Amino acid sequence: MQLNIVEQGEIVKIEVQEERMDAHNSGDLKEQMLQLFDEGKCNLIIDLTAVRFVDSSGLGALVSGFKNASARDGNLKLCCLQPQVRSMFELTRLHRVFEIFTSVEETMESF
Amino acid sequence: MSKQIKIDITVPNQTRYLAVIGKITECLVHSLGYYSGDKTELAYQLNLVVTEATANAMCHANECDPSKQIKVSISVADDLLKVCVFDQGSGFDISKLAKTRAKDTDEGGRGVPIIYKLMDRVDYVKSETGYVLKMTKRLH
Repeated sequence: MQLNIVEQGEIVKIEVQEERMDAHNSGDLKEQMLQLFDEGKCNLIIDLTAVRFVDSSGLGALVSGFKNASARDGNLKLCCLQPQVRSMFELTRLHRVFEIFTSVEETMESF
Repeated sequence: MSKQIKIDITVPNQTRYLAVIGKITECLVHSLGYYSGDKTELAYQLNLVVTEATANAMCHANECDPSKQIKVSISVADDLLKVCVFDQGSGFDISKLAKTRAKDTDEGGRGVPIIYKLMDRVDYVKSETGYVLKMTKRLH
């Protein structure tokens, strides 16, 4: 999975540069987040601008990151969801779990 | 004019083929000239259903064995859409998974409930080489 990591102070932004997050590539995102947590970086923004499709494995990777960030007194927030990706969060009721923002700037300000 | 389409896809038991199967599914939906609903939404939903069903077949039924295969058959006859995913495994109790409601913080357990939510009918039955997940949806 192509991921672009941008560190901005105590916040790390992960740009997912894939059209799909599915059972084939979601494990890569999960591993990347675990590596950041091991380095003590636990305030993450996941930028989903490029993602057009997410399945339950993709959601599972994000839930894993959310739980790990919370357990370390950090936070994982999502931004820039395309409408169909947003509808996946609503279908699974996960929009009630994650903080979801429409822009990176707005997400940064929320920390 | 005939309104019958049938596509059969056979791929190795590797998750990298999920994107190919998903894309073919979306293309098929967009080719349905007579469907008057939101094609973009239907294409996404069927991509999702086929992806979830195929990933389950690859990783659970076929136990990630790369020597096995998965066959996906998609057909549309008038307003009835049918998707069949054939695995080479020994089956499992899908109805149990369908009834399980994932907690907000569960990492897994959402795939089968998504299939049940988006399709009208789901059956998991024995086939010649393993099991087949049969899913149908009436296109209104």
